[in-house]
Amino acid sequence: MHPNKKRLRRSMMFLNCQKPGLIKDPYIYKPDSIMLDLEDAVAENQKDAARYSLFHALQEIDYHGVERVVRINGLDTPHWKEDIRVCVAGGADTIRIAKTETAQDVRTVEEHVLAAEREFGRPEGSTLLMAALESCKGVLNALEVCQSSDRLIGIALSGGDYTKDLQTTITGTGVELMGARQHMIMAARAAGVQCWDTVFTNLDDMEGFEKETRMIKLMGFDGKSLVNPRQIAVVHKVFTPAEKEIVFAEKVVREIDDKKAKGIGVFTVDGKMIDIAFYDGAKRTLAMAKAAGVYKGEL
Amino acid sequence: MEILKTAMAGTLESSDAQVTVEPGDNGIELMIESSVIHQYGRQIRAVALETLERLDVKNARVTIFDKGALDCTLKARVECAVYRSNGVSENLPWGGVIR
Repeated sequence: MHPNKKRLRRSMMFLNCQKPGLIKDPYIYKPDSIMLDLEDAVAENQKDAARYSLFHALQEIDYHGVERVVRINGLDTPHWKEDIRVCVAGGADTIRIAKTETAQDVRTVEEHVLAAEREFGRPEGSTLLMAALESCKGVLNALEVCQSSDRLIGIALSGGDYTKDLQTTITGTGVELMGARQHMIMAARAAGVQCWDTVFTNLDDMEGFEKETRMIKLMGFDGKSLVNPRQIAVVHKVFTPAEKEIVFAEKVVREIDDKKAKGIGVFTVDGKMIDIAFYDGAKRTLAMAKAAGVYKGEL
Repeated sequence: MEILKTAMAGTLESSDAQVTVEPGDNGIELMIESSVIHQYGRQIRAVALETLERLDVKNARVTIFDKGALDCTLKARVECAVYRSNGVSENLPWGGVIR
């Protein structure tokens, strides 16, 4: 497995490749990933210009370990093939496929990525993929998309296009996205890949943003696509285990290991009934805390 | 590459540069206007000439309005203008003469 396939991806910040001022130093805000956009944010007659900027940014700017994801144009456009060539030549970490609807869409992109890796002398398999689901068909096909390729790190909901296809609008209540969110997270978990929620575009409603972030964390999502650096700290706060949770998770792991050796299956930790079913969750909390840099223990 | 027609790339926004290339027959005629011309004028000139040389542009009138662009942005804008002047936007030599 690619070493970065499961890396921490709480925050993915969109940046328009058409704007040099945006892509020159976004690492200062410390998102887990940046999403350099060649798609919707770039005007149709500036697609070529955005690619030159992207190539030199990937080659010459030190993003200080922030994952560099590039959103390419959809397979229904004349742009995606050259987008893939420039992504691979520039050394992008991950390509986000816009408007994915089927497993075949992912496999088509994968074929072109492999060809580009050969053309530009990049290690085969080094470019990861993620799929944005933006239509009812795409959401309904979530499981086959999740299982389509070893390169696929996960799926992301694109709420704007999805609600348009659903013939409704973003209401701010989340009711219109409920089914897609639930379905996508189940598909991602069944396939063992990650899952990201859609953007929250009302920058004046930070309270609503935090509420939505807490909700999608509880639903099981790994993180969220973002449109503004102000949103990063909120997402990291919600998705990073608190000190109390880390201490409890450590106790759970140690106690389960200890009791297992003594032949005890069920017991209490801090007054809570614990058995083996809690083990993976506790380990996951510690792994996330470690990846976020807030846990230095050995578990 | 020959500059076949006038072409432009970039904007006048901060951190960007607007580059125009026009057909010429007297070598490279370069005009630069920049808010940081005293500090970075030589550097801007060197990056532009180096990029044009890499693209094998021998004759052109080139105008640059710089708004504090990084070298990588300047290169991107010059390359884009040159390829636009040739009407080429696919199968580009990424990592070759574009580097």
